[in-house]
Amino acid sequence: MTTMANDSTTRDADAVTTPSDTQWPLWEVFVQPPGGAPHEHAGSVHAVDAESALQNARDVYARRGEGVSIWVVRSIAITASTPDDMGPFFDPGNDKPYRHPQFYKVPRGIRM
Amino acid sequence: MNAPFEYLLRLGDDRIILGHRLSEWCGHAPILEEDIALANIALDLIGQASLLLGLAGKIEGQGRDGDALAYLRDAVEFRNALLLELPKGDFAVTIVRQLFFSVFALLQAEALERSSDQELAGIAAKAVKEFRYHVRHSADWVLKLGGGTTESQNRAQRAVDDLWRYTGELFLADDVDRAAAASGFGVDPSTLENAWSETVRDVLARAGLTIPDVSYMQRGGRTGRHTEHLGHLLGEMQILARSHPGASW
Repeated sequence: MTTMANDSTTRDADAVTTPSDTQWPLWEVFVQPPGGAPHEHAGSVHAVDAESALQNARDVYARRGEGVSIWVVRSIAITASTPDDMGPFFDPGNDKPYRHPQFYKVPRGIRM
Repeated sequence: MNAPFEYLLRLGDDRIILGHRLSEWCGHAPILEEDIALANIALDLIGQASLLLGLAGKIEGQGRDGDALAYLRDAVEFRNALLLELPKGDFAVTIVRQLFFSVFALLQAEALERSSDQELAGIAAKAVKEFRYHVRHSADWVLKLGGGTTESQNRAQRAVDDLWRYTGELFLADDVDRAAAASGFGVDPSTLENAWSETVRDVLARAGLTIPDVSYMQRGGRTGRHTEHLGHLLGEMQILARSHPGASW
């Protein structure tokens, strides 16, 4: 009995250590619009597991016919670039127009 | 007796009363995502009720439309099952009731897709998709509450204990149901009980919840004998329409 009581006390204490611990895990939501376009980031939801995340995503982001498919992924699984990466990542592309395939003549019969 | 009309009132009233109960959670649910989920389910139910009561008014032929049936009848004229008018209680009560009703309503709607009435069959076909989601959502929550903390288990078990005695009424068939079923218009609710019981017992068992030993099932809603709670619910639901007759917004 004593052990069990201690265990539950410890767990409860852990659960409220910091305000952020009282929040359920965050999930990013990607919704595919009708017509075959790729999934787009729609926003995020809190949920305790993948099934709940999927249902919450449906209720929050796809209840007005916005989508035909939903992906959810734990937010912590996403690695993102930071504002510090702005220069090294993106500036070098600005002065190199030859990286854009815009110097080709479009053959007749090809629709742009 | 106009069996199709009475039958449609039962269908419509189940949905508008539960829809109203669910709408009471709007702004009060445990988390924002669930707030939206419950409001969605409430809107599904109210949307179905609007179609069913509209059809009922048309079949009655007395010039009453869906709004008149929803907002201008008194408690004794309502035909919903008692289960659906009980106060929303805590989140466990709301979720357990939602599971009980959604499983019943899904089976009912699947059967009504074969109704001899094209309009009712069409309403049922739309409702099937909605109820599939309601079952999935409420069953998932029952599993979480049952398998969660001691507090959530206790509350879920208390909800099952309190609500179980109201489930029998869903499957009671009287002359209205039998006449509606015989003509191919409706479905005899007693034929849905085995499938309902199988699904609900399976979910409760997986959630670690037990079914109470109940010797008497509550009844009365289908013939207008309601609990005290329905009058209060209607007072709130109908006040606007009754204070401003004919208003539109």
